[in-house]
Amino acid sequence: MSWLGLDGLLVSFTDRLNEPANRAALALRDAIERESWPGVEETAASLVSTYLRFDAAAMDGDALRARLAALVDSRDWTRADLPGGRRRWTVPAVFGTELAPQLQEAAALAGVTPEKAIAQIAATPLRVQTIGFAPGQPYLGELADHWSIPRQTQLTPRVPVGALCAAIRQMTLFSVTTPTGWRHVAQTALRLFRPDGETPFLMRPGDEVRFLPIDRGAYERLSNEGPDGGAVAEPIR
Amino acid sequence: MTRALIVHRAGPATSVQDLGRPGLIAFGLSRGGAADQLAIIEGATLLGQAETVAAIEMVGMGGVFEATEDIRIALTGAPMRAWIDGAPLAWSASHRLRAGQRLEIGPAVAGVYGYLHVGGGIALAKVLGARGAHIAAGIDSLLKSGTRVPVGPDAPGGEAGFSLATEDRFSGGPLRVMAGPQTAMFPAEQIARFGAAEFTRDPRGNRMGVRLRHDGGAFQTQGGLSILSEVVVPGDIQITGDGTPVVLLGECQTTGGYPRIGTILPQDLPRAAQAPPGAVLTFRFVERSKAIEMARAADKLRRALSGTMTRLVRDPRDMRDLLAYQLISGVTAGDPEE
Repeated sequence: MSWLGLDGLLVSFTDRLNEPANRAALALRDAIERESWPGVEETAASLVSTYLRFDAAAMDGDALRARLAALVDSRDWTRADLPGGRRRWTVPAVFGTELAPQLQEAAALAGVTPEKAIAQIAATPLRVQTIGFAPGQPYLGELADHWSIPRQTQLTPRVPVGALCAAIRQMTLFSVTTPTGWRHVAQTALRLFRPDGETPFLMRPGDEVRFLPIDRGAYERLSNEGPDGGAVAEPIR
Repeated sequence: MTRALIVHRAGPATSVQDLGRPGLIAFGLSRGGAADQLAIIEGATLLGQAETVAAIEMVGMGGVFEATEDIRIALTGAPMRAWIDGAPLAWSASHRLRAGQRLEIGPAVAGVYGYLHVGGGIALAKVLGARGAHIAAGIDSLLKSGTRVPVGPDAPGGEAGFSLATEDRFSGGPLRVMAGPQTAMFPAEQIARFGAAEFTRDPRGNRMGVRLRHDGGAFQTQGGLSILSEVVVPGDIQITGDGTPVVLLGECQTTGGYPRIGTILPQDLPRAAQAPPGAVLTFRFVERSKAIEMARAADKLRRALSGTMTRLVRDPRDMRDLLAYQLISGVTAGDPEE
């Protein structure tokens, strides 16, 4: 556990990404939310760590840190359940083509053909490990070991909203137009961040995501149908 | 006619800003808001209104504005030359702008971010709880020349003609830093070197962060550890791949994987944001207990801000002093034709 700035605390469960540590980070965040300690202003979980921000003008944080330490020690968080209210998303995606020009390159790095790459990604239920970097943007994991492909050393100057990109056994679905070091393997018509919408941020940590390969024509149709891009969510029971 | 401010001309990065949207890190949205949040509080103080009121942030250069009704304005943050119908205005002060008058604001003479506040505030609809543009997230657009922004109703009997003395935070200087999650990953020698080095604000910088340059060797963690992405906050000093520090500002991403050597104290963030390209910045680590004391002292000063306002003197013979005041930090005062 460490201070993060004057008004923050950060609990890290490991220095290597793994599923139990991610589950621990999500569960600890949930538990802090349920505790409703006075002075806590915000909590968030990232891949394997949990963040808490408090009102530093009202309290020095020492007592809160002790409370948090006691909560962390109270159980084995890596065995905790996933957050409740999870959903299973199915998101149509065009793999490759000029819409997602780095499929071949990524597949080659993973040592498979592009066809096999598509089949493997489509067959893997991915979990939203955290929402971060940009608004509503999920880090999805994990792909099989051979997808442990490095980030590019040179950034792609710009990938569009809805780009599905891969690196280090993870995928991310971009919610804003941005430069990235991840390889652009598929394109979706899903808008994950809708600042003026009723649900501004679509996905939540713990949600499951599967990508459904579609052709270019279907993608064009879905793009014109609205911000969902054909994506559907059903509750996981 | 609706009460509005007409933006006849504005710099390319001009936007509406307030104190941002704290509390949405879990959704991937950083707080954002004014790059210099103290300037928002100063403007609210000068106009006697709530700190949550939105203003116009001008980056490096001002613009030309006109009000459709008589309004009150305040000018804070990076000092810029300003005139109403050609008559010079004091910076860090409140004024009246009559309907149809031309408010002209020039380039910054020190610092980066200047603010134009209006009595009643910029009354754009709130998005996710605030009005400030979050440019990285695509919330709201920048204010373009030729647009009109709605102005909220002002409090009846609101006064103008006050000035607020401010400390120079527009030319770089010392920044106080607290240790963070990765500070201990840097060898002691590097921490010492970091505290002793003089950094220069690189021209590359925006509301997300500013890059620093220095002449000594690169900084790096022991064994070049790669850090798993975790929550990052404004004020964090990331050491990027090439060993140079980047200071994160309000519109930073919510997670990051570069090791952070420390976090700047919140009250020093305006100084970091306002340092213009080429300004010299230094870092000094302070213990947490000291940092808390310093933050409390800064809070106290902020709460007492309204008590330090003074009435602007209208006598033209005194205008020279007011102008000299606005041109701080080594910029020569005087001839407006320079």
